[in-house]
Amino acid sequence: MYDITVIGAGVIGGMIARELAKYELKICIVEREGDVAMGATRANSAIVHAGFDAAEGSLKARFNVRGSEMMEKVAEELGVKYKRNGSLVIGFCEEDLKTLKALEERGNKNGVRGLRIVSGEELFKIEPNLSKNVRYALYAPTGAIVCPYELTVAAIGNAMDNGADLKLDFEVTDIRKTDDGYDVISSGETVRTRYVINAAGLYSDRIAAMTGDSSFSVHPRRGEYILLDKECGSLVNTTVFRTPSKMGKGILISPTVDGNLLLGPTSEDMTDKEDRKTTAKGFEKVIKEAAEDVDGIPFNKVITSFCGLRAVGSTGDFIINSPFANFINVAGIESPGLTSAPAIAEYIVGLLEKNGAKLSRKKEHNPIRRPMHYFREASFEEKNEIIKRDKAFGRIVCRCEEVTEGEILEAIRTNPRPRDLDGVKRRTRAQMGRCQGGFCSPYIVELLAREMNIPYEEVTKFGGNSRVNLARTKGEA
Amino acid sequence: MTELVIIGGGPAGMSAAIAAYEAGIRDVLIIERDEALGGILQQCIHNGFGLHKFGEELTGPEYAWRYEKRVRELGIAFKLGTMVLDISKDKVITATNPEDGMFRIEARAIILAMGCRERSKGALNIAGTRPAGIYSAGTAQKYVNMKGYLPGKEIVILGSGDIGLIMARRMTLEGAKVKMVCELMPFSSGLARNIEQCLNDFDIPLKLSHTVVEIHGKERVEGVTIARVDENRKPIEETREFVPCDTLLLSVGLIPENELSKKIGVKLSPITGGAEVDEKRQTSVPGVFACGNVLHVHDLVDFVSEEAEIAGRAAAEYIMEEVAEMQEYVEIETDGRIRYTVPQKTLRGDDVTVFFRVGNVARNVKINVYSGERLVLTKRKSRVAPGEMESVVLSSEILESAKKLRFCLEEE
Amino acid sequence: MERKLTCIVCPLGCELCAVLDGKSVVSVSGNTCRRGEKYAIEECTDPRRTVTTTVRCSDGGVVAVKTDCAVAKKDMAECMKIINNFVAHLPIAIGDIIIKDVFGSNVVATQNKE
Repeated sequence: MYDITVIGAGVIGGMIARELAKYELKICIVEREGDVAMGATRANSAIVHAGFDAAEGSLKARFNVRGSEMMEKVAEELGVKYKRNGSLVIGFCEEDLKTLKALEERGNKNGVRGLRIVSGEELFKIEPNLSKNVRYALYAPTGAIVCPYELTVAAIGNAMDNGADLKLDFEVTDIRKTDDGYDVISSGETVRTRYVINAAGLYSDRIAAMTGDSSFSVHPRRGEYILLDKECGSLVNTTVFRTPSKMGKGILISPTVDGNLLLGPTSEDMTDKEDRKTTAKGFEKVIKEAAEDVDGIPFNKVITSFCGLRAVGSTGDFIINSPFANFINVAGIESPGLTSAPAIAEYIVGLLEKNGAKLSRKKEHNPIRRPMHYFREASFEEKNEIIKRDKAFGRIVCRCEEVTEGEILEAIRTNPRPRDLDGVKRRTRAQMGRCQGGFCSPYIVELLAREMNIPYEEVTKFGGNSRVNLARTKGEA
Repeated sequence: MTELVIIGGGPAGMSAAIAAYEAGIRDVLIIERDEALGGILQQCIHNGFGLHKFGEELTGPEYAWRYEKRVRELGIAFKLGTMVLDISKDKVITATNPEDGMFRIEARAIILAMGCRERSKGALNIAGTRPAGIYSAGTAQKYVNMKGYLPGKEIVILGSGDIGLIMARRMTLEGAKVKMVCELMPFSSGLARNIEQCLNDFDIPLKLSHTVVEIHGKERVEGVTIARVDENRKPIEETREFVPCDTLLLSVGLIPENELSKKIGVKLSPITGGAEVDEKRQTSVPGVFACGNVLHVHDLVDFVSEEAEIAGRAAAEYIMEEVAEMQEYVEIETDGRIRYTVPQKTLRGDDVTVFFRVGNVARNVKINVYSGERLVLTKRKSRVAPGEMESVVLSSEILESAKKLRFCLEEE
Repeated sequence: MERKLTCIVCPLGCELCAVLDGKSVVSVSGNTCRRGEKYAIEECTDPRRTVTTTVRCSDGGVVAVKTDCAVAKKDMAECMKIINNFVAHLPIAIGDIIIKDVFGSNVVATQNKE
């Protein structure tokens, strides 16, 4: 029997599991997909927001500001790339300036440090490639960037290193109350647990309903993004937002921690929780707005485009509560959810205690995880030491991102273990460069088949029916 | 210090190495990232290579083997499984492989022969889902020809580049059903012979002025929506049509792989995506040469080999300091209808063959070369197409009197 | 009767025109070399293609092969079946005959494999 079962292996479930793994608790994370970080976590803006957006007094404001303060240390412990690059909300007219001032004021009330309105020479010194039509900006020096799936993989890996279990392909079909907790049921297996934490993202309303709580609903908000080649990442220094208006928040332009340039998202409320299609209209909107904000974006350097679904709750704020004993909802975690994740995790510890959980610190707990990118960042001499011990680190598999066989094998063998091409991509960056896996995927398929001891043609792109090859040519040898 | 380091052991690299060796350079090293010499030819198992060079039809691996045999006979050094990570401006090469680890080599001269890569799906911005079953044609070629697996059974191909056409035939022979090839342009960028023997032989329709506007399927491709495009290449809404399939292959262009060239500071042409070179295929950095598909994408490997010989001999001259005194170059410009030339500039002295591509299909045209206002050369062509590289020979007499030459495509 | 053809002998891809009298070719135009004429005649009377493919090897991998002369177009599918059912033993060198006499042609290796 588990003490805690976390439903959902996104950034919220992952950070909560990691936090709870500090205590003498038997933890299980269940996830319906074949890998972690597959929902809203997989595709979002990758921004650590400063905290001036959310209304004063909201959970969003509270956890955003606290999360933003915590993120640097969390990222360092988990060996995850983090960069405090600052953010700019740009304005084109007097009307925008008024909004920026209101944002500044709200940010100050929320406790965001260092906010100020910049213009003229100072503005263009911060961001030389801004469109000349930009007149003002709200500068937030505490804004930062982090990679959401890297953070989640690391958080869950760290939780697992400290004893947590992860069950993938575990789609919860029912939850039943027992004498001392709940049975969390999937088609193949039932997990008995004392406490349930519902961090099921887009599906958290359905999970809550299984226990009889139908106090909220969650709907998807589509966001389409475009990612540009690594040689474009230095076009902007900060994350550039538009002044929010009646027309919505508009798109952002941001470097990523890996040096790419990210443009997006569009924003469209939907009902289908699985519709991750990109659209021609979406591309057009992103490209048009980005070109209005920043000069010289090389749109011929686009390497991929994708669509993410944000989990928008029906209350307008994060939904964090305990409708029944031993059951906690962490739902509707839309933006600034990534930023808030460590603060929410910290808060959940308190909420569990209120629910009567006895929490005592583990004597042996390691908060540190070795960065996945340690080899990449090693010096020439250090690399040679590593290659001497393991030759696989001398063989480059992904030429665009310069990822070695050693790094890929290590990723495949490290918790939470990837089982498909996309899982390897998110952990190592192999296939994420300008050729998008054209050259290296046949070899990565081979490595996965070998490591998992399955036939070559059984390897998938992302689990389920997403096999890369459908058959062997010829007859059987 | 190594006299000559060649980056890439494909057809260009091997041919350049042999030419440099035969011109007297013994201290040559080929660095190849793959586990075998031959480059992309190893997976091009179809025939049609070598007619120009050897007077017979060879398959890709056979063509490569002719050069590999020669490399081995001459005892030219090569390192396999070795990836060059960096080249500094003073020609220090940083590379890695499992046996040597990370190492550095200083070269007196460098020949860039890294080849090209395929334009990926990401660059196309096709709307829809992102399921398994979308591959560039070259990736599918690797699965089928090198690994022995079939990445799909019901296939739509976007782009009529030669690799796509060749893969239409290969997948058909291996038992897949190729439903159609869609080409955005009103003409194919592939060779006419490949349309004939890879599509027509198997009754595979080539849909010109068509593109894929949406991809369907959650886990695996379940179909694509195609549409005809108007003269501005915009899809026409009313012509949208759903085509069930499990695989989309892309053959939508090749891009010279010049990431290393950028690190050395070589000046690149925005049109070819490769280095700007003179008649010896020397780049803007003295002692650094480029040849093959890293310089500009070729249709025929035979011409890659020839170009590489020029670069190999020139590198040998450079190393032996047989370089002519500083002269002024004759610059070559184009009118736009001719998109580019290689070389982009040349010294005077010998006859020089200039290769070029046009931007659009045209019939009954003249390639006119002007020196100032004066027409110095005309070549008539019944048909030109972007998919077919053309060439003219500039005689030493033309070059002697010229300062700048302008290549123009004009109507009869 | 006239038949339009695209020559596949070399990359030029000449557009040929063969004039037929019943089943025999009376004249060929559009070709720029002798091989083009030969191709047009053959294509109208006995069309043939070189088959290039792979054969399964004893180690489970594949090696590239071709028919060492062209086989009749109508026999290509059968030719593939024979090749597909064959397993070649390693090592294999370029030029090795893998399968003898498949529709009058030998299937030979075009790749080395140890």
